[in-house]
Amino acid sequence: MTSLAFDLPRLLTTAPLLRARRLTKHYGAIPAVAGVDLDVYPGEVLGIVGESGSGKSTILRLLNLEEAPDTGDYTLTIDGYRGRNLFTLDRYDRRALRVRHIGIVYQNPLHGLRMHITSSGNVAERLIMAGERRFATLRNAARDALDASEFPLARMDDIPRRLSGGMQQRVQLAKAIALQPMVLLLDEPTTGLDVSVQALVLDTLKRIQRELHVATIIVSHDLGVIRTLADRVLVMRHGRVVEHGLTDQVLDDPQDAYTQQLVAAKL
Amino acid sequence: MPLLEVHNYTKRFHVHHLEREILAFEGLEFWLNPGEFMLVRGPNGVGKSTLLRCLYRTCIPTGGQALYDSLHGPGDLARAADVDIALLRRSEIGHVTQFLHPRPRVSALDLAAEPLALAGRMWEDARSEAAEWLEAFRLKRDIWHAYPATFSGGEQQKVNLVRALIRPQRLLLLDEPTASLDVTTRAALIERLRELKARGVALIGVFHHDSDVVGLVDRELRLA
Ligand SMILES: Nc1ncnc2c1ncn2[C@@H]1O[C@H](COP(=O)(O)OP(=O)(O)OP(=O)(O)O)[C@@H](O)[C@H]1O
Ligand SMILES: Nc1ncnc2c1ncn2[C@@H]1O[C@H](COP(=O)(O)OP(=O)(O)OP(=O)(O)O)[C@@H](O)[C@H]1O
Ligand SMILES: [Mg+2]
Ligand SMILES: [Mg+2]
Repeated sequence: MTSLAFDLPRLLTTAPLLRARRLTKHYGAIPAVAGVDLDVYPGEVLGIVGESGSGKSTILRLLNLEEAPDTGDYTLTIDGYRGRNLFTLDRYDRRALRVRHIGIVYQNPLHGLRMHITSSGNVAERLIMAGERRFATLRNAARDALDASEFPLARMDDIPRRLSGGMQQRVQLAKAIALQPMVLLLDEPTTGLDVSVQALVLDTLKRIQRELHVATIIVSHDLGVIRTLADRVLVMRHGRVVEHGLTDQVLDDPQDAYTQQLVAAKL
Repeated sequence: MPLLEVHNYTKRFHVHHLEREILAFEGLEFWLNPGEFMLVRGPNGVGKSTLLRCLYRTCIPTGGQALYDSLHGPGDLARAADVDIALLRRSEIGHVTQFLHPRPRVSALDLAAEPLALAGRMWEDARSEAAEWLEAFRLKRDIWHAYPATFSGGEQQKVNLVRALIRPQRLLLLDEPTASLDVTTRAALIERLRELKARGVALIGVFHHDSDVVGLVDRELRLA
């Protein structure tokens, strides 16, 4: 890695909320993720950029506990889970942790939403999984989450299939934040949206991030999105981190040959 | 210990596709106490902006040290962890550039107030303080709630200045902040800098018109 010569944090006294070490995942012979370390602090946004197939989405699936890694440690500084390697949780604990503390937005709404139930139903499902059964509470909480995601409430009883791409992303986002998670994982949340809708979704993300003080990881090919949202950024290639740093530094003074190419291609 | 003590500071850009090194500056030595103003001079392309960026860590210096005595403890700006630099940027070190990065759908007033809000102030409070600054820099009231992407260069620069100056600061890096400002705004800015200096803020600046800051300068660093 090019930029690892820095000291360990000494001035900042808070601990990272999310910490992953030596994340590794093969698909057959393909090393999708090959020994990735990352930390995300409370209220911080970590961006991940890199070429297609470099393992970015795989990292998010691992951190969302959707898939098991080959090896790796994953800890969250959350009561009840402190100090435990989350990859060793049993099915029941894993599901509880995911529902309660981790929100995810996928590039493809088909992965994140059930297309045949209403938008409010999609959000309410999350709350039901967390144990809420009272109809009035469910409906109000779903409405609040949709409202916070700036979803047009008049459409909350529509099924996602009838909504625009930007609206579908807002339903995913509402579902992700309904239970005020500690961790928010965003995989290309604005890709495929036209520029003006993209701006609206970005703005919503920025506001939610500020208000909830979550640890956020965002994967995007769009360096403009990364510059707007991310505090720090990791650059991935062939399953490895080739460079990491403060976002403006990585974009303005990239060290690695691949990053220089990536940044130059953008301008 | 001074606020900032810089030794042997060196920056080369390594451009991989050209297999070339571009030297920005080499072996710089200087120090700065609270309330001091250092003017950086030199011809175009000599590395003035790069020096400021290497202190703010938008660029990574290739050699030397920049020992900074922060309220959180001493640290080397050349080597400190990214999250430590991020902390210092939130709370102690500011960088004023010549250009604003406008954000879609964020008004001039909110952009100006944001750094205070991020530092923990209530939004209403932050907005009213930002309003005072915009007033001082004479940004037309009718555009406070508009999006700066369409502002003129000078208007964008006013928002940019407020963003950088509004936060409590101990070290302020100024890269030609007066470049696109009219005479009255320039005077308002210099007045603010004088106040900050009197309150003990250390300043390092590059100025297109050196005459703007004659009365403020304690020391000069000449790059060649
Ligand atoms: N379920 C799977 N089965 C087999 N191979 C997989 C599977 N999921 C991912 N891969 C492979 O793992 C590698 C990393 O894929 P991943 O989706 O993480 O890339 P990415 O960085 O997100 O790319 P993109 O930018 O194109 O979305 C790729 O080579 C991919 O083909
Ligand atoms: N990201 C970069 N990659 C490669 N070279 C760079 C980069 N940024 C600056 N340089 C080079 O470093 C040198 C110093 O540039 P810098 O912008 O610091 O000069 P300056 O003194 O501020 O000039 P001016 O008075 O024109 O603003 C120049 O040769 C410039 O081309
Ligand atoms: Mg992907
Ligand atoms: Mg310059």
